[in-house]
This record gives sequence, C-alpha cells and structure tokens, in this order.
Amino acid sequence: MTASPIELTATADDHRIARYAAAAIALSVVEAAIPMPLPGVKPGLANIVTLIVLARYGWRDAVWVSLLRVVAGSLLLGQFLAPGFFLALAGALASLLALGLAMHLPARAFGPVSQSLLAAFAHIAGQLVVARLWLVPHDGLFTLVPFFALAALLFGLANGLAAAKLLEDAGPPHP
Amino acid sequence: MKPGDWAVLLALAAATAALAPVAFRGGAAEKAVVRRDGVVVAELPLTQARRIEVAGALGTSVIEVQPGRARVAADPGPRQYCVRQGWLTQPNAVAICAPNHVSLSIAGRASSHDSLAY
Repeated sequence: MTASPIELTATADDHRIARYAAAAIALSVVEAAIPMPLPGVKPGLANIVTLIVLARYGWRDAVWVSLLRVVAGSLLLGQFLAPGFFLALAGALASLLALGLAMHLPARAFGPVSQSLLAAFAHIAGQLVVARLWLVPHDGLFTLVPFFALAALLFGLANGLAAAKLLEDAGPPHP
Repeated sequence: MKPGDWAVLLALAAATAALAPVAFRGGAAEKAVVRRDGVVVAELPLTQARRIEVAGALGTSVIEVQPGRARVAADPGPRQYCVRQGWLTQPNAVAICAPNHVSLSIAGRASSHDSLAY
C-alpha cells in the first residue's frame, strides 16, 4: 500500500464530536420512520444530543454536531440537497443561533428546557423564512404557522425535559 | 424544570394560543363573478338571491345566486358541464361554460391559494 500524501490526524475533540454526531444521526434516521400528520413536522429527537453537547462542551461543539447531523442524516435518508435538506439546514442554523443566545441566560433560572423551547421556535421560524422565500412563495403558507408552533411547543418541551433528565443522570462531564 | 423554564413555556404557549385564529381564518365566499370572454360582466354579492342572464356565444346562460352560493342554472352548451357542476360555495371555485364563453367564479375577500401541495 502506498503512503497517502494527506495525513489527517483526529484529535480527541474530533472523536468526541464524531461520537455525539453519530448519536444524533441515529436519532434522525429513527425518527424519519415515525409517521407525522403534517409534512415538515418532526419531533427533532436529535436536538436532545445538541442540547447535551451544548451544556457539556459549549456552543462550538453543538454547532459541529448539529450541522454534521443535518448533512450526514440527509445523506443517509437520500435527502441531501433536496428541499427538505435546505429546510432542515435553515432550521438548524436558526436554532443554533437561538441556542447561542439562550445559553447566556442565567443558569440559575433557565435550564435545557428553556433552551430547547427557544431553539424549537427558532427552528420553525428559520424553516418558514426559507419556505416562504423559496419553496412556497405565497402567504397561504402562514396558515400552517399555528400547527408548527404547537409542534414546536410540544416537541421543544419533550426534548428539553429529556435533555435535562439525561444531563442530571450523567452528572458532570468527564472529558 | 426551573422557574425560568416555566416562564418560557408559558410565554410560548400563550404565543401559540394567540396564533390559533390564523389557522381558521379561511377566506369566506363573498361574491360571484360572472365573465364573458374573460371580461367581468357582473359581480354579485352572495347575500341576496338573484338570477341574471348573460348573453354568450351560443345563447343565454342563466346564473343563479342564493345566500352563500351560486350556480349556472341553465346554459346552451352541448355537454352542460358547468350546469352539472351545481352550487359553488368555496372561494376560487369556478364553473366554466366554454362553448358559450361564460364563466362563473366565487371570490373571497382576498383571493387566496387554491391548495398547497408538498
């Protein structure tokens, strides 16, 4: 075997991010099998992983895990560069932005549940902006907003509670 | 759940509840629009019953309006598609009597989309 001229060395950080991203990707694939009444509504279980990474390793790692999950998850589901991919990407970017702001809320009063709820609403907002500008250029789209908001409320709460429970059970990080 | 989490949850729940009316805003049918060769010849409010006659290419089409609905009651066209369509009630519903160059459509307050497809 000839030696490759390119050497990629994976740091401990890379391994950790890859592990969490793998968990997030697995959750995306699993939830793709769950039937949903309204197109575009998904529980977003992978965001539990994003919330845990955010709490334990900070925003930069959460961005990596979230975007790797969007790209690799869409590749696995055959959605890469399809409209759904851009919606997922827009939602992920918007919720990462919201998480970047929400993580600075005083930790005494605000936990993962707040972060999850705010990220869920930012997610639908990001998706709606892209959908309105590009995929469905008609205001009729906004008739669906209450249903998306309800889904964000329920799934944001559920994911936040799951993340809070997991963080509580796992205790402080051990790098 | 920390106190701030409850506050965020309640605030967003209130926002969601406030959005609920948007889902049921649906455009109400307001008036019947009658066209001959694509030109509007009559706009009838769907509040009172009326019958009008429209002279078309073959003969006279009769448009009947009742509160909340409208139909083509009679048409000289050979296949009677627009007559057999019956009462139109939804905004953007349309009955076209092509042979006679006459059409009847229902308009809402703001003309809205027919449907959303994914």
